[in-house]
Amino acid sequence: MNNHALITTDNLIKKFPVGKGWFTALNKINLTINEGEFCGLVGPSGSGKTTLLNIIGSLDIPTEGDAHVLGQSISGLTIKKAAALRNHHLGFIFQTYNLLPVYTVYENVELPLLLLKMSANERKKAVLQSLEWVGLLDKIKSRPAQLSGGECQRVSIARAMVKQPKLVLADEPTANLDAKNSHNILKTMEKLNSELKTTFLFATHDEKVIQYLQRKISLDDGRVVSDESTSSH
Amino acid sequence: MLALKLAYRNLMGAKLRTWLNMIVLSFAFLVIIWNKGILNGWDQEARRDTIEWEIGGGQYWHENYDPYDAFTIEESHGKISDATQNAITQGDLTPILISQATIYPEGRIQTVSLRGIDPEQKLLLMPTVNLESDMEEIPAMIGHRSARNYKLNIGDFVTVRWRDINGTFDAKEIQIVHIFKTNVSTLDNGVVWIPIDRLQDMMQMENEATILVTSQESGSIGSINGYEFKDHYFLLTEIREMIEMKSVGGSIMFIILMSLSMLAIFDTQVLSIFRRQKEIGTHIALGMTQRQVVALFTIEGAMHSILAAILAAVYGAPLLYIQAVNGWKMPSGTDDFGMTIAEIIYPAYSVGLVVGTTLLVLITTTIVSYIPSRRISKMKPTDAIRGKIQ
Ligand SMILES: Nc1ncnc2c1ncn2[C@@H]1O[C@H](COP(=O)(O)OP(=O)(O)O)[C@@H](O)[C@H]1O
Ligand SMILES: [Mg+2]
Repeated sequence: MNNHALITTDNLIKKFPVGKGWFTALNKINLTINEGEFCGLVGPSGSGKTTLLNIIGSLDIPTEGDAHVLGQSISGLTIKKAAALRNHHLGFIFQTYNLLPVYTVYENVELPLLLLKMSANERKKAVLQSLEWVGLLDKIKSRPAQLSGGECQRVSIARAMVKQPKLVLADEPTANLDAKNSHNILKTMEKLNSELKTTFLFATHDEKVIQYLQRKISLDDGRVVSDESTSSH
Repeated sequence: MLALKLAYRNLMGAKLRTWLNMIVLSFAFLVIIWNKGILNGWDQEARRDTIEWEIGGGQYWHENYDPYDAFTIEESHGKISDATQNAITQGDLTPILISQATIYPEGRIQTVSLRGIDPEQKLLLMPTVNLESDMEEIPAMIGHRSARNYKLNIGDFVTVRWRDINGTFDAKEIQIVHIFKTNVSTLDNGVVWIPIDRLQDMMQMENEATILVTSQESGSIGSINGYEFKDHYFLLTEIREMIEMKSVGGSIMFIILMSLSMLAIFDTQVLSIFRRQKEIGTHIALGMTQRQVVALFTIEGAMHSILAAILAAVYGAPLLYIQAVNGWKMPSGTDDFGMTIAEIIYPAYSVGLVVGTTLLVLITTTIVSYIPSRRISKMKPTDAIRGKIQ
């Protein structure tokens, strides 16, 4: 395994205001995730997985401590810099797919590239490539409402992968899928991880996902309670 | 450019609402352009007619002349000097003498303005050539409105009674030799035109005039003793004020339609920001800043006006064009209101009108779209992504 650190967290604390006090959702998290890993934050609901994933995705900021992603300090990012980091280097996959309903499959996948101001030719090549990875070339003109859940999540993977980001963050990607579709998309992501060396970080409590992970970082009550790598894969 | 493209995609995705908003807004466009076009056309025609028929390049009024005060008419006349006579001969001026008289059409009594004009004048479109005659009775012409009101036809005789300069009453028969049609109702309603020399005789006002009309080419020819020059701005005041008053009606209609469409667009914006939180969060996750998303939603709202302008052009341009060619037929009787108005008004649309209206609508729509969109910048991306904000 290559030991080039992609993500590090440093005594990361996240508190949310609740009523008159504060709720500590993440408590002194110290983690290092290297390039090319296929790993996941696992743990029961409410353990802080999403909160951590959001901070790593520069969608939120730590209360104390810090996280570094691709060498950039999350707490030190301006709004613009954070947007640029997401735009260039991060891909997101959400539990509810979050596809734009009025866009076609093609347009949904193309959107990140439009934001990157890529030329039309390059865009087309990349979008078709990405849709080929997830096996949806025949649904280019469909709109999300015409697709099954599994297909929607595949579009969302294509959208996350289309710019070939360094890191893909997937929050409960299988929560709305049946077993067959869950395995299907995990196999796809596993393949992309090994072929393109894209780092994947999941947040999940789904056993079907966990069995694919090469590294399981268990959270409970905002703390890392175990961190195990499996060499079986 | 990207925002425009994305906004267009979003807008076209929300088919029904977009169309409804666009249709109302396009009506607002057409109403204001059509209304202003009609008024412009009316204004232009009314000015042209008034200049060609009545005021030429401006008028010299006798210093006592006040068209709104009938009692001063008897004092409002002065001798035509040699210099003035020269200008008349050269065709730069034509004199008009105005007095009061009573006519008795079919035994009824009607007070009229009895006006003397030179039958040979070429300065105004008034068909005065019809007054050239050496008959015993006084040849007279009247406008078609007066003809209808007094039930007078060509060839009819009617008694006219007046007071001369010494206050002595006298009466004579006049014969209607011509009935003319003009859009300038002030030359028609209650006015009887006879040759100026006959009126001067009747009034014993040898070689006198009340107003001197200049030709359009010459305009003011310097000061004339005892007379004041009245320019176009002064003489066209009534038309200007009437058009301004009429614009108010159209503007009210425009404001109502605009308010309706702005309300609809505001509502659409509020609703879409509420309903599309996930989309907003997704845009942010994909690498947009909150401000870019605000801009995207604002442009999306503002784009209604661009699409509405295009829609208005598609179905409105042919309508406006047909109207510009065929004119707008005024309901019969409009010309009795004492306004200078043609039977058919040809609307006059200008580039400035269209561009100005488009800009006005665009700016208003942008503001109305921006106000609800500002909320986006206060949303937490993590909440927006989950669509959690209430
Ligand atoms: N914006 C917030 N305000 C207050 N509490 C929050 C907020 N977001 C998360 N939490 C709390 O933090 C804890 C961790 O939440 P989360 O990271 O979503 O857990 P997980 O993804 O593991 O289910 C939960 O108890 C949750 O209620
Ligand atoms: Mg979660």
